[in-house]
Amino acid sequence: MADHALHHDHPHGLAHQFEDMPQQKESAVIGMWSFLITEILFFGGFFATYLIYRSYYPEAFFEGSSHLDIPLGAFNTVVLIVSSLTMAMAVHKSHEGNKRGILVYLTLTGILGLTFLVVKYFEYSAKIEYGLVPGLVWHPHGENSPQLALFYSLYFGMTGMHALHMIIGIGLLIWVFVKTAQGTYTAEYNAPVEIFGLYWHFVDIVWIFLFPLLYLLGTQGGGH
Amino acid sequence: MAITEQDVQASEDAPSVNYLNNGYGLKSWLLTKDHKRIAVLYIISISIFFALGGLFASLVRFELMTPEGDLMSSDTYNKVFSMHGIIMVFFFLVPSIPATIGNFLVPIMVGAKDLAFPRVNLLSWYVYVVAGILGTIAVVGGGVDTGWTFYTPYSSTYSNSNVILAAMAAFMAGFSSILTGLNFVVTIHTMRAPGMTWFRLPLFVWSHYATSLIMLLGTPVIAITLVLLMLERGFGFGFFDPNLGGDPVLFQHLFWFYSHPAVYIMILPSMGVMSEMVASVARKRVFGYEFVAFSSVAIAILGFLVWGHHMFVSSQSTYAGMVFSIITFLVAVPSAIKTFNWTATLYKGSIVYDTAMFYVYGYLGLFLVGGLTGLFLSSMGLDIHLHDTYFVVAHFHYIMVGGQVMGYLGGMHFWWPKITGKMFPDIWGRVSALLVFLGFNLTFFPQFILGYMGMPRRYHVYPDEFQVLNVASSMGASILALGYLVPGAYLTWSIFKGPKAPDNPWGAKGLEWETTSPPPTFNFEETPVVTEEAYQYGPIEEH
Repeated sequence: MADHALHHDHPHGLAHQFEDMPQQKESAVIGMWSFLITEILFFGGFFATYLIYRSYYPEAFFEGSSHLDIPLGAFNTVVLIVSSLTMAMAVHKSHEGNKRGILVYLTLTGILGLTFLVVKYFEYSAKIEYGLVPGLVWHPHGENSPQLALFYSLYFGMTGMHALHMIIGIGLLIWVFVKTAQGTYTAEYNAPVEIFGLYWHFVDIVWIFLFPLLYLLGTQGGGH
Repeated sequence: MAITEQDVQASEDAPSVNYLNNGYGLKSWLLTKDHKRIAVLYIISISIFFALGGLFASLVRFELMTPEGDLMSSDTYNKVFSMHGIIMVFFFLVPSIPATIGNFLVPIMVGAKDLAFPRVNLLSWYVYVVAGILGTIAVVGGGVDTGWTFYTPYSSTYSNSNVILAAMAAFMAGFSSILTGLNFVVTIHTMRAPGMTWFRLPLFVWSHYATSLIMLLGTPVIAITLVLLMLERGFGFGFFDPNLGGDPVLFQHLFWFYSHPAVYIMILPSMGVMSEMVASVARKRVFGYEFVAFSSVAIAILGFLVWGHHMFVSSQSTYAGMVFSIITFLVAVPSAIKTFNWTATLYKGSIVYDTAMFYVYGYLGLFLVGGLTGLFLSSMGLDIHLHDTYFVVAHFHYIMVGGQVMGYLGGMHFWWPKITGKMFPDIWGRVSALLVFLGFNLTFFPQFILGYMGMPRRYHVYPDEFQVLNVASSMGASILALGYLVPGAYLTWSIFKGPKAPDNPWGAKGLEWETTSPPPTFNFEETPVVTEEAYQYGPIEEH
């Protein structure tokens, strides 16, 4: 970098408040981990609510779960796991300072993320069609437990919050992509790629918990 | 980056350039990334909300002068005390010390140029301002009548006020404090100056570290709780609605999982202020430094295990209640360690009777009463008698106002010369500390008696025999209000007319006193190197 050559005492990408690059990178990584801890507690509120009502009303949860589309959910799970792989590859390429490599893997990650959201859109549409959205369009047909609405409240609350995190993730991905294309990141300065990777993996892991709790539960309860 | 380099150059060439005079335009303030300027922005904004919350408190005290509900209707009274609580807790007390004095001092005390993420710091202020505007709209647009706790079903099934807007405002204010806490944790971990080991950190930094842990671990839970509440109100989801199988008590569990630790957000920072001031006025190292440091962390950890003591009468199982009760008693241990250690620091100290000392004494007295009455409330049997009475109101005001606000005011006086570069008249500082102490006790001590006699909180009509104590309380409140207005007046005066402050007016120890008053933009001319423990006060030099 031209900048780098001009300022020996001020490496490219070093913010004014830091002494050197390792300190800056350590701060960025600790900062993102701290943020992810807050996210764990944020989703933790949902999971605690889920666990309590799941133990109160097992029948309603089995029934609600059996109406979810397992093949689509499983497909989305695979999509997100693969996107974590491509994201990890993007981070790996950023350590090498390989601009083209980062761009390729970020593109793949973005496509997989969008695929997930498109599938989610079709799943939501089906639920709206069947009248399974509590409070808005709620007219489930056939036999149903009195607390079925609670399961679907949690389903939409949890997957909706997860989808919101995916959308924010794709927004951040575009930002990192543009910055990479502008040649901002080098083998020395790549913390933003790395901490964005941490965020992306976190959102994937949340889904890894949501899938069995919401989709696979119905297969355990004898189903309908 | 070019601008930054020039700034460094300028501050090296002319030491008289400081963070206040290196730019005057509105833009230089609203787009600043300097933690000191952001602290000043926070001081101005939280003062506005303190005044607004205080206005609602005055209305409550006016109404309670007479046994009849003659000043306002029951609905209006519900809204007035709710808005007092919501504004004071979410918009004043939680950010009070961390976002102002903490924001100003934590980077300087660890010997850094700024916080780790200056832009995130500015973002936290903007999030706070937007939250404040939303909160104000909720007030102006009809208010909220749920109490500051937003309990369901007041806030869901039976709500008839701006719950969603107020919850949104509280949610965003929480997000702002997460960003502040995150910045502190990272800064304290990675930005300490050479030689500044963990056990050389001033205790102010330790208490802010503990506070930040609570902000990081607790605030997200209130965020999700308010999200669930908004989904329930907005879309008709049934998380807390018994008709749909939901459980209103779950809301209380989730709410207090944050809000009890949050009580410690509203006391730990002031304990940090206290440690700094005690060492300075006694001219001694804080007695048992490590114990005081770890007691902050212990309070933060124990704070997460006691939320059930708010729910002794909410159908919680007796055994769960017993566990919560015992752990609550344990919180008294680290709190007592601090109080004893401050007292031990004063013992045989060379005490200076200045404004800071008055605030130290006031704080010790009020915190002692507040802390000990907490033990009454953590006893399950006694709590059934005292639950939701004025005893509880008096107890938490002794902690939050007697503790945090006393610490905030004391800290503002103590570091005022550093923040503004001007001295305030010390005699007025002592007068204001006395006014606050006397007014506070006259306001809230009668409420202990009222509560014990059985006056419930949140009612504006009461039996005639409670009137004497209520009038005493309202009279105290007007003295207390004077105690807050007087410092507002002479501190503002000192900005324009006060004498210029020396770098270290109190002869105190700590990196913040080694830089200029006010400090340069990047805090130090060159990165300081720390070679000694905190609070190494030597023998007094004779003048």
